Amino acid sequence: MSARPNTATVYDPSGYDVPESQKKPMRWAIYIGYAALIAGIFHGFAQALSYAKIDILEYFPGLRNYYQGLTAHGVANALIFTFSFSNGFLALMTARALSRKLNSALLWASLALLGLGNVLVIFAVVTGRASVLYTSYAPLQAHWTYYTGLVLVVLSTWAALLNMLMALSAWRKEHPGERVPLLAFISVCSYVMWFLASLPIAVLFLGFMIPWSTGLLAKTDPLLSRTLFWFTGHAIVYAWLLPAYVSWYALIPRQAGGKLASDSLTRLAFVLFLVLSIPTGLHHQYTDPGISTAMKTLHLLMTFGVFFPSLATAFTIIASLEIGGRARGGKGLLGWFTKLPWGDPSVTAQLLAMITFVFGGITGLINASFTMNQVIHNTTWIPGHFHMTVGSAVALTLVGVAYWLIPYLTGKELWGRRIGLWSSWLYTIGVLIFARGMASAGLEGMPRRIYRARATYDLPSWELGGILTGIGGTLMFVGLLLFFVVIAMTILVGRKGGGPEDIPFSETLHPPKTSGWEVSMDRLMLWVGVALVLIVIAYGPFFAGYLPAKLVSPGFNFF
Amino acid sequence: MNILSYEKSFLALGAVLLVCCLLALGYASFAMGIHLPGEEGLIDPETARETPPFDAPGLRQTGDGTYEAVILASAWKFEPNEIRVPTGSEVTLTATTVDVIHGLHVTGTRVNMMLIPGQIARVTYTFRQPGEHLILCHEYCGINHHTMFGKVIVE
Ligand code: HEM
Ligand SMILES: [Cu+2]
Ligand SMILES: [Cu+2]
Repeated sequence: MSARPNTATVYDPSGYDVPESQKKPMRWAIYIGYAALIAGIFHGFAQALSYAKIDILEYFPGLRNYYQGLTAHGVANALIFTFSFSNGFLALMTARALSRKLNSALLWASLALLGLGNVLVIFAVVTGRASVLYTSYAPLQAHWTYYTGLVLVVLSTWAALLNMLMALSAWRKEHPGERVPLLAFISVCSYVMWFLASLPIAVLFLGFMIPWSTGLLAKTDPLLSRTLFWFTGHAIVYAWLLPAYVSWYALIPRQAGGKLASDSLTRLAFVLFLVLSIPTGLHHQYTDPGISTAMKTLHLLMTFGVFFPSLATAFTIIASLEIGGRARGGKGLLGWFTKLPWGDPSVTAQLLAMITFVFGGITGLINASFTMNQVIHNTTWIPGHFHMTVGSAVALTLVGVAYWLIPYLTGKELWGRRIGLWSSWLYTIGVLIFARGMASAGLEGMPRRIYRARATYDLPSWELGGILTGIGGTLMFVGLLLFFVVIAMTILVGRKGGGPEDIPFSETLHPPKTSGWEVSMDRLMLWVGVALVLIVIAYGPFFAGYLPAKLVSPGFNFF
Repeated sequence: MNILSYEKSFLALGAVLLVCCLLALGYASFAMGIHLPGEEGLIDPETARETPPFDAPGLRQTGDGTYEAVILASAWKFEPNEIRVPTGSEVTLTATTVDVIHGLHVTGTRVNMMLIPGQIARVTYTFRQPGEHLILCHEYCGINHHTMFGKVIVE
């Protein structure tokens, strides 16, 4: 193997099959993820209609109020869907890329933690004990099962990471001096970033929320809670995004008939995300009192910094796609674009995800600019923005991945390719209309997180935006229902033995360098160290000036 | 085709763009005086109602054409829930909450702040045109969140 340079993003390109016994827990984690996506969008649909002043909540059996449903939507779609998928997907990518088994016990432990966490969260939300929204801001107080369930979900991600790290270090021992296969590196890097990012929320939940909700701690500190939440909460969006980037970088070029343009730049982008994602969280708190403008400005600068690896991503991905489009006979400046495999539902979903993400990125820069932030903070502009990021760039990518991943994991042929294509187009058109509506009404001050269909105030300038939200949301809903049909039918009636033998890993144009500065990019511990330094610079002064915690608030149950 | 050199120009262009954005932000905050809420002091939410200035919520004149609006938020109302000021007034809004987190956004302006238990929030804004604005609670604060609002009337 090592005799000839390996341009594949995996160690053994000739074929390595992850053992069926290990595919099973991965499959279940991924199923939980997609099930959460579907469970979450029913109330998403109701929310979109509520913004169009159409109230369908009475048709939801057992639903107590809008905010219980909104909590379910945020938790299921933003937290459970993304992390369940990543637990299975990143573990699978790592195993395949290193071409070696993972630890079975840890795989099952991760799945068990995820399952148990889900049971607790579902219990708390369904019984109306946790209508606090996924942000869980104190001093609204949920039942302890809600916080505990979320902690278990986080623990399941840590178990998945540990498994990946163990495999990586074993591989390194067996292959001294070799570059880590690219797909393994970026998969592990994604979850290492998330591990660092998750520490503040672990402190928040274990140190404050759980003791406070069980009565051990009488009062809590709302501003400190919020700050710990966003300490994790900005980087969490990169934890959602990076698994999608793994697909865009290491799989999509191959699926589109091309090659990944650059190995080094790919690693560099992930290293930059690892280093820069976390020290930016205060940009969610521009309008908070009690935090100095100097600290907010520092985080603003960091936020603009972390935009950089996304720019690099845009370049590398487009270049890789262009290589594919030209290899398929595309000519001229843009001819390659139409030659991409638009008939392949997996590729189409992800191309549409990328296109939508351009708007997500631009609106994100606007959010990061504190002047504009004062106009749009907590208006519907924000859901407009993030349905084009996590709600499309991530969600549609994970939808696209499902079209080969589910067949790969089950060995069954994909059912209903055309329906799959319809699904992505409907969702994309829907989300663009939805976001147009939410963004424009948001600029006029329409608040997010309100049950607009029953609100006691209104403005004429919100009318059009509300209607577009309803129309777009309906299309999104129908699109994802179609996705669900495709996946369910594939699992139930897909032709046996019709799944792909291997994952669609890409080749790079050139093999990774084995000398020079590029080699040090593989030193994850080094980058963790740099990340920690930046985190201390970004958050140290705030905590030094703020602590000790100001325990002023008892719990409130206003839901 | 040399991808690397294209990439360099692309990233350089991106860097220039980001720097331009930052310059615009610097201009807005230093030359135009657009500031964020910051550290304005602490307060105990449980006794806020008895603590000055929140023991007497309302509007008071502080100088020639300048006012202070002291606003107390609780589930699910703003006190006072209507503020009337003459056109051209510079109004400092000083607000806090006695229970959960609320938001305070005056529509059509850049008055936008979080009201966090334990913290005093403050922002200054000049209402240059006559008209009506809504004061909205834009952070989820419980089951009747969508009924929590007030008004600023600029006469
Ligand atoms: C059928 C598709 C969907 C529809 C119609 C929809 C609709 C909505 C609407 C209208 C809101 C705003 C509610 C409010 O502020 O009161 C919202 C919030 C949200 N959505 Fe979606 N959504 C969909 C899919 C998704 C997906 C796929 C994700 C993420 C992967 C997502 C994540 C979120 C999050 C995190 C919130 C914020 C919840 C909160 O404010 O606590 N949504 N959605
Ligand atoms: Cu953020
Ligand atoms: Cu509210």
